[in-house]
Amino acid sequence: MASVTGESRYRDSAVGRFLAGFASTLKLMARNKVGFAGFLVVVTIVLVTFVGPIFVPLDETVRVSQIYKTPSLSYPLGTDSEGKGVLSQIIHGGRPILTIGYLAAVISTTIAVTLGSLGAFVGGRVDTGFTWLADMVLTIPQLPLLAVLAGVLSLNNKFAVAGLIGALFWPTLMRATRAQVLSLKERDYVESARALDLGTPHIVFREIAPNMAGYIAINFTLAVTTSMYAVVGLTLLGLVPLSENNWGVMLNLAWTRGAVFSKDSIWYIMAPIAAIALHQFGLVAMNRSLTEVFDPRLRRGA
Amino acid sequence: MFRKVARSYLFRRLIKALVTVFVMASLTFFLIRLMPGGPVEAYIANLVTQYNVSHQSATQQAASLFSLDLDAPVYQQYLEYLGNLVRGDLGESLVSRGVPVSKIVLSYLPWTLFSIGSALIISFSVGVFLGMIMAYKRESKLDHVLTNLGSMVSAIPDYIMGILIVVWIGVQWELVDITAMRGSLSPGIQPGFNLTFIGDALYHASLPILTYVLGTIGVWMLTMRGSTESTLGEDYVTVAKARGLKERRIATAYVGRNAALPPFTQLSISIALVFGGSLLIEWLYVYEGLGYVLYNSIQQRDYPVMQGVFLIITTMVILANLLADLLYSRLDPRIRVGGRD
Repeated sequence: MASVTGESRYRDSAVGRFLAGFASTLKLMARNKVGFAGFLVVVTIVLVTFVGPIFVPLDETVRVSQIYKTPSLSYPLGTDSEGKGVLSQIIHGGRPILTIGYLAAVISTTIAVTLGSLGAFVGGRVDTGFTWLADMVLTIPQLPLLAVLAGVLSLNNKFAVAGLIGALFWPTLMRATRAQVLSLKERDYVESARALDLGTPHIVFREIAPNMAGYIAINFTLAVTTSMYAVVGLTLLGLVPLSENNWGVMLNLAWTRGAVFSKDSIWYIMAPIAAIALHQFGLVAMNRSLTEVFDPRLRRGA
Repeated sequence: MFRKVARSYLFRRLIKALVTVFVMASLTFFLIRLMPGGPVEAYIANLVTQYNVSHQSATQQAASLFSLDLDAPVYQQYLEYLGNLVRGDLGESLVSRGVPVSKIVLSYLPWTLFSIGSALIISFSVGVFLGMIMAYKRESKLDHVLTNLGSMVSAIPDYIMGILIVVWIGVQWELVDITAMRGSLSPGIQPGFNLTFIGDALYHASLPILTYVLGTIGVWMLTMRGSTESTLGEDYVTVAKARGLKERRIATAYVGRNAALPPFTQLSISIALVFGGSLLIEWLYVYEGLGYVLYNSIQQRDYPVMQGVFLIITTMVILANLLADLLYSRLDPRIRVGGRD
């Protein structure tokens, strides 16, 4: 019994510590107004697309008399070519796009950081090999390759799409990570940690990683934007047969059904574009806050 | 002598380019030929079930279409495929029967090269120019406006920009006639060295070019701004000023020439991005270049065309990169002397 209470008390304090840390991070992020606004936009969009569908049902009733209506109280973002509400489609259509975007970013960031730091640490042939690989992947036109792959394999699995995108978009960050590790390796505090014989894991995780965390976090957000670019592009072309309705599919339908050429369809077309653009701008703006959170020097200077 | 050549920058760069082309060619071969249920197998199965052709003659037809000897062992097919590639034989189209893929590629390639090439030249020179002005007038109102504009356009994906152009400029405000601008030339216009032809080609390419320029210019403005700012602090600029050189000469020969190096290194990444993006942009504007053909061939499952166009796009990107790297080594003598990447 005693051990159980002891454990729960420990967990309480861990949760407490986490919350305290979270609150202080938020406070730091709030110091940059633009960055914090971006952060709020991103959080709102993620919440709306992942939690929103629970509360707002997808509007699937066809209303012939309500085609391409401008926004009103009952249809806050207007209606589409069949009189369905656009807002509910926007709320339901973010999840597949965001899932693939974030998942692909996790994959590409992981590959980039692993190969980059490994290459810089080990050096020699391994390093040369990884750099060659990065240079090669960098010169492949990614979108056509993805399109060709989508044409040969049937890409109806979200994870497969995310994996493919992740496997193609890592080289830039990998080269940057490699350069970072190469320069960090030579710093005095790393030298002294080595002299104290603190071991490679300690050096990597306690001395070098914290110094790269900010850099990696910022590049992760950029990776999300490039992955979103690829997914939306492929769905816009209709090459990724994602069955659910999503922002890319909305744009594809607008294009293939000729809605773009009708003046009334503007709300239906602009809604997914606005959702995508807001999310992208939010991420880019958020980086300003992230730099401050991860760089203590900037904090005091501000 | 031989060792000197082997260690030279040019030689190693050339080898790298060749290896990349080779890897991509192999990848497409194995994707199309060996994928279980892949295009060749699917084509044969389709002939057998739909047209009641015997398996043997279906295989023969597939073999001639894909220029492959399907009975031979895989490695032999692979070698033959590579040999055909070297000779420029990319097989024949499945949809337009008997038309060699190389002919299709050659007829669409110029349009893509024209639109992308002029877009990159415009966007690089204007972007670098604006970036320099921003750095010279830093913290001014103009600088703030341009910096914000630059980061904004570089955050918007090029095809979203394209959709916005079609929707607002074309449909809502009716400033241009989007449907008339489709295709790469108006009907009845013959290629030749005359004003009508050049004017018409520019008219049809103008929206794709505008989109590529908007999609890439932000990066160059911002990197040029940063690199000019740091160059302005260099000793040799102070010395040039002390020597009483004209401001204009300092700006071009001393500051500009050196500050333009960092944005120039961005060029190779942009080339791959723009070439890749042309798939979407040409589809949006129905501009008949390689991206447009690639999209159609994927839609129609025309695998030989798909494979050929993809390989050509990749080769073009690699060649353009090679060219950019060689130009860079001209601009920055340290690369040539040092001989290291």
